[in-house]
Amino acid sequence: MIPQRTATSSTLTLHVNDTAHAVTVDHRATLLDVLREHLDLTGSKKGCDHGQCGACTVLLEGRRANSCLLLAVAHDGAHVTTVEGLGDEERPHPLQQAFHERDAFQCGYCTPGQIVSGVGMLCEAAEGHPSHATPAEALGHSTGAPARLNRDEIRERMSGNICRCGAYPHIVEALEDVAEDGSQAQRAQRAPRGSEVPA
Amino acid sequence: MAVTETTEGVLGAPALRREGRAKVTGTARYATEHTPPACAYGWPVAATVAHGRVTGIEDGEALAIPGALAVLTHENAPRLVEPDDPTLFLLQNDRVPHRGWYVALAVAETLEAAREMARTVRVGYDEEPHDVLVAADHPDLYHPEWANGGYPGDQHSGDFESAYAAAPHQLDATYGITPLHNHPMEPHASTALWEAGHLIAYDSSQGASTVCQVLAAMFDIEEKQVTVVAEHVGGGFGSKGTPRPPVVLAAMGAQHTGRPVKLALPRREMPAVVGHRAPTVQRLRLGARDDGTLTALQHDVATHTSTIKEFVEQAAVPSRVMYGADGIRTGHRVVRLDVPTPSWMRAPGEAPGMYALECAMDELSFSLGLDPVELRLRNIPETEPESGKPFSSHHLADCLREGARRFGWERRDPRPAARREGDLLLGTGVAASTYPVIVAPSTASVQSMGDGTYHVRVNATDIGTGARTVLAQVAAQELGVALDAVRIDVGSSDLPQAPLAGGSSGTASWGWAVHKACRELRESDGSIVTVDTTSDVEAQEDYARHAFGAIFAEVSADTVTGEVRVRRMLGVFAAGRILNARTARSQFIGGMTMGLGMALTEHSSLDARLGGFVQKDLASYHVPANADVPDIDAHWIEEHDPHLNPVGGKGIGEIGIVGSPAAIANAVHHATGRRLRDLPLTPDRVGVLG
Repeated sequence: MIPQRTATSSTLTLHVNDTAHAVTVDHRATLLDVLREHLDLTGSKKGCDHGQCGACTVLLEGRRANSCLLLAVAHDGAHVTTVEGLGDEERPHPLQQAFHERDAFQCGYCTPGQIVSGVGMLCEAAEGHPSHATPAEALGHSTGAPARLNRDEIRERMSGNICRCGAYPHIVEALEDVAEDGSQAQRAQRAPRGSEVPA
Repeated sequence: MAVTETTEGVLGAPALRREGRAKVTGTARYATEHTPPACAYGWPVAATVAHGRVTGIEDGEALAIPGALAVLTHENAPRLVEPDDPTLFLLQNDRVPHRGWYVALAVAETLEAAREMARTVRVGYDEEPHDVLVAADHPDLYHPEWANGGYPGDQHSGDFESAYAAAPHQLDATYGITPLHNHPMEPHASTALWEAGHLIAYDSSQGASTVCQVLAAMFDIEEKQVTVVAEHVGGGFGSKGTPRPPVVLAAMGAQHTGRPVKLALPRREMPAVVGHRAPTVQRLRLGARDDGTLTALQHDVATHTSTIKEFVEQAAVPSRVMYGADGIRTGHRVVRLDVPTPSWMRAPGEAPGMYALECAMDELSFSLGLDPVELRLRNIPETEPESGKPFSSHHLADCLREGARRFGWERRDPRPAARREGDLLLGTGVAASTYPVIVAPSTASVQSMGDGTYHVRVNATDIGTGARTVLAQVAAQELGVALDAVRIDVGSSDLPQAPLAGGSSGTASWGWAVHKACRELRESDGSIVTVDTTSDVEAQEDYARHAFGAIFAEVSADTVTGEVRVRRMLGVFAAGRILNARTARSQFIGGMTMGLGMALTEHSSLDARLGGFVQKDLASYHVPANADVPDIDAHWIEEHDPHLNPVGGKGIGEIGIVGSPAAIANAVHHATGRRLRDLPLTPDRVGVLG
């Protein structure tokens, strides 16, 4: 649609989680604030509002983006996926399920951003995009073959999402689970790695 | 020692987090994710001078912005009853005690308008000189009567000076730690509304009962006229232990405008108004015999506080607990500066204090030519050194031995700077960890629903610890029912009153009350029981109660860049009964990760000229990212302590950060041969190693 404009606001369409929303947005409004304050999609979190923490990560046209750094008015017609679009409590996405089972969070505030980022990251890797941790020999003949996601690769590719609770080792495990077997939606409950030693 | 899997039964089982599905799917709502009808938005205005008075506020331009509702200042804001905590006495006078202090509040129809209003409010100041830098020889340092936690500021036993002078081996070393910031991922935030004289606040807090009490007192209303909800809280690490400015500002804004007001702190403003770990300069003097046993121990701490509130980081306190000596002298000196008010940050006292003490022990072991694990084993006291009280349980030795076994410590070559891998030097280090057992009175209720299910109600707060889950496990175990037969409500001041989630005391305090309520219900004929544990807590026997642990770390140091990276970390803890293996492990490794940040990346400083913190956001204050954190492993000793609360846990939220910085710093010395005593060990400090 052609945006309806005033000096300070525009009406535009955002396709969020496959639903078209006509919204009138203040030109100063970020995509994050439109999601949270106008569409009541509060799964995307505001941790820093400056692109430093990743809690607001969404998929914009399938790619990871910090929604706090995007002015909504510049994204008329865009397709956005938030954590709410990945799955719900009855039918969670395999990565949401893996985060739950691996206890890959504590306070949960960075979690939606981590999960959306993880989904985007797995797509990037599947498409053969290298990272800083990708071995040099793999870069020389980039053919679009999927990147092998060892732990160093996952850590590097997930470092745009800060977790102050320190759940990183479990986040890596959750991503390994899904990277190894992305098709398996329902997963058996796992025992944690902690063990006890009688005194 | 045989390694066993997790204990049988409901308690101790690795139950999944009850709110886990809601958190991973984004439906868990935090403080500003409630939007009442006609909700307005608040944006605070921070002082741009470090010391002085507000001489005038021009809000005409701000109020002309479309959507503007009000600008609150000390001239027009609702009058508050002065609270015990001076950091909450906001917009009540013209005083500016530090840069970043809030001097006004903009309220508007939209977030965008409120933000622009705050930017256009013009504040005039009468500026006065400021002083923000602490040093061990600052002339205004004084000895406080008390340090945080209710500990005496200074304490001594025996004759330190004589013992130290006579010691055949002496160590005198000074360690420095910069200010540190909690930076929970959810900023401090509130949504407040008034309904017919009743104040409702959704607040990001570690304890809604305290917030309720403080708000009622400040707004001069009954506690029953205040409801504070903290259902999901995005971390706190101490900085949300008591009310912080957002809830007061939101409540004032809502009262002034007659509209609900939502207010989340901008990340860059948090360091100035939510508390921080105060910097410390810590001098350690150790005297030892040839066999390594300590004869003398002195721990002197110099730190800062603000001009409006005395908060003394109790960093010398762990030296009253860890090791015995003939003469022990521990003390704090503090100076009131024009700085933001420090407060609790995960393991206040223990985290910085054990960094200094455990590095000093490592230095001593090196000069004695004694293995650092062995040195600690030789110095474990029979009773708590300062108090002489018996320990309720003490398994530091088991933690050290089990950790050494798991880590492969016996293969360690003690020589420093002796392992090279290309440009990297490799090393390993160890440190002990400790945290006191704290428990506070709590109430709780449990109701039999008549269909085999039970409803537990307690105003516990789940800041990410898994409190909901663990308390349901406590109830299910005591009631003898399956976990899913227990419904539990936490996180509202309308529930039975309970203490805050802090001091690693939550599960012990709330769990005691839940346990008692379930037991009384089981033994009664009724269908609902409400209990209070005040008398139980007061009746506790007089023991020294502490959790202990041992941390091991392996690091690499880049000889070209000076970059230190942790390769692996192991923590072994003795913290009483572990109530949920899954969530406990997360807390241990989470604490250790924050300790890694304290050792290597987290650095703040005060600007001598401008007077505020320099590193205010997450781009300049570096908390560990995923790529900084290697495989961290946590294990625990099964510890049966009959002198604890009936649930049997000692508290696990903070002990992971304690000891971790020292283990890493000691590993850096082992790798490089350089003893760097000031944290963090950033490349510029480590330097080119050649």
